Amino acid sequence: MTTAQLQRRRAVVRGLPLAPAVVLLTVFLAGPILYCLYSAFTDMALTGSSGASFVGLDNFRKAFTSSDFGRALGYTLFFTITSAIIGQNLLGMLLALLMRAGGAVVRTAVSAVVIGAWVLPEVVTGYLWLAFLGDGGPLNQILGVLHLPGQDWLYSQPILAVSLANVWRGTAFSMLVYSAALSEVPREIEEAATMDGAGTLRRLVSVTIPMVRRTIATNLMLITLQTLSVFGLIWTMTRGGPSGASTTLPLYAYQQAFQLSQLGYGTALALLLLALGGVFSLVYLRVLRLEEATR
Amino acid sequence: MTAGTAQQRPSSTPTPLREARHSAVTRGPAGKGAANLALLAVGLAFVVPMVWVVAAAFNATAGLSVSWPRPWTFDNFRAVLNVETTYRPVLNGLVLCGGGTVLTMIGAVLAAYPLSRYRSRWNRPFLLTILFATGLPITAIMVPVYGLFVQIDLIDTVPGTVLFMATSALPISIWLTKNFMDGVPIELEEAAWTDGASPMQALRYIILPLMWPGMSVVAIYTFIGLWGNFFVPFVLLLSNDRLPASVSIFTFFGQYGEIVYGQLAAYSLLYSLPALVLYLFLARRLGGAFAFGGAVKG
Repeated sequence: MTTAQLQRRRAVVRGLPLAPAVVLLTVFLAGPILYCLYSAFTDMALTGSSGASFVGLDNFRKAFTSSDFGRALGYTLFFTITSAIIGQNLLGMLLALLMRAGGAVVRTAVSAVVIGAWVLPEVVTGYLWLAFLGDGGPLNQILGVLHLPGQDWLYSQPILAVSLANVWRGTAFSMLVYSAALSEVPREIEEAATMDGAGTLRRLVSVTIPMVRRTIATNLMLITLQTLSVFGLIWTMTRGGPSGASTTLPLYAYQQAFQLSQLGYGTALALLLLALGGVFSLVYLRVLRLEEATR
Repeated sequence: MTAGTAQQRPSSTPTPLREARHSAVTRGPAGKGAANLALLAVGLAFVVPMVWVVAAAFNATAGLSVSWPRPWTFDNFRAVLNVETTYRPVLNGLVLCGGGTVLTMIGAVLAAYPLSRYRSRWNRPFLLTILFATGLPITAIMVPVYGLFVQIDLIDTVPGTVLFMATSALPISIWLTKNFMDGVPIELEEAAWTDGASPMQALRYIILPLMWPGMSVVAIYTFIGLWGNFFVPFVLLLSNDRLPASVSIFTFFGQYGEIVYGQLAAYSLLYSLPALVLYLFLARRLGGAFAFGGAVKG
């Protein structure tokens, strides 16, 4: 047996434990995605099952010229940027920093509450916020007590309402990630900065944050990808309404494929959503690799 | 026992608890007070939306607004605590999500081993694919999955749904497990190899016991994720008596015509309970050390 053969055999034996995962991922994930890739170029519909014909780029042309798609894309970006990149990320970091400075009892109580919001099932969170923001709901009751005008938030600000709910639901993840990262920052370095006269803010910006920036990149990416595909929360709260004002891409694709039976168009939309996730992923990996090179 | 060993292992990650006690010494009482106040304010903002569900669950005439139940009643719980509405969907959910979690963990641990221990030019492309798959909108592929399940006769079967749920949770689990495994020093294994242990024996007897805290974090994360998953079982299961709690919360409305808020709130609490209990149980065992973040450093 030649060395090359031996090496190949060794590689196969070593890779063997990957087999169960690879089989599952290939059959139930890669397969459907390839099928998605194919059906996005057809006019397949749920009804009239046999008559799917190849229509080329028609579905994509339809998407890019449709105002519904543009609107859904806009809402998706708004939802992702507001609730994940700004909301969950900054609030999670703030909580992690505060917890480092706060007392044990307060820290335990607050993290229990924040994590509780994260552990609740998506659908339950949806109903919670449906009630919280509803016309006669607690938020308007509170605003009433403060003599501020209330409104039906789900009707007047639907995309903002679901974004808020998503911040509430997802912040615990960022908080946990940042807490762990901050606990690895050597206290001595921060103390040295204090000795040199750096204030709290200066220490944070110049010392602490740069030391956890790899974590920031990873966390941003994970929560961005999670948020791009949020379905259940929005579906429970608004069904994408009123009149499409909270229809993000996942909801739009679902409506086209399952409710309007436009499987071909629906999968084309799903594919565009996948591509959007891919773009974010590439940016993220780019950032990570840069970090590795400069380390 | 295993948990004890794991906690004793030399770790570069001090627990947040220990760390903060240290900080209390180094920072002034004024800074601590301000931090506590800010924390309490955020905590309050997080609690307020939860108040409704608790109040409504014990209120016989609950609506959207919060009114303190007077008198407190268990009628809502009594109304939903029956085989049809609660017991069977919860049991179905436990079977689906428990099965899915077990399968995911087996697949993830096995897959993480070569990714963590051997250098190969395939590692990076594989991990990139895994990372991309973590962000995959499952809604996007449910149509072809439905078609596939009809073709291979897995539609409306519990094993089929378990397989798909496990697959959907695999990417993030592999990613997290691999990162946790990277944290176990390879020297320990090399010693075992010298003594004649096979890689799989090293995995079973050396790595896994040391990774227990990390593994339980991945397991909770997987289970909670599956427990909350509504869309997958909704599409893949057709018979009412196979639906898990995440889906039957939707059929709740159909049965009554209009929303009975009190019962919905009671049911929501019951449905959330397994996830909360599991989390608390494991959080306690982990001693409050959320090793989770360590795994997503990238």
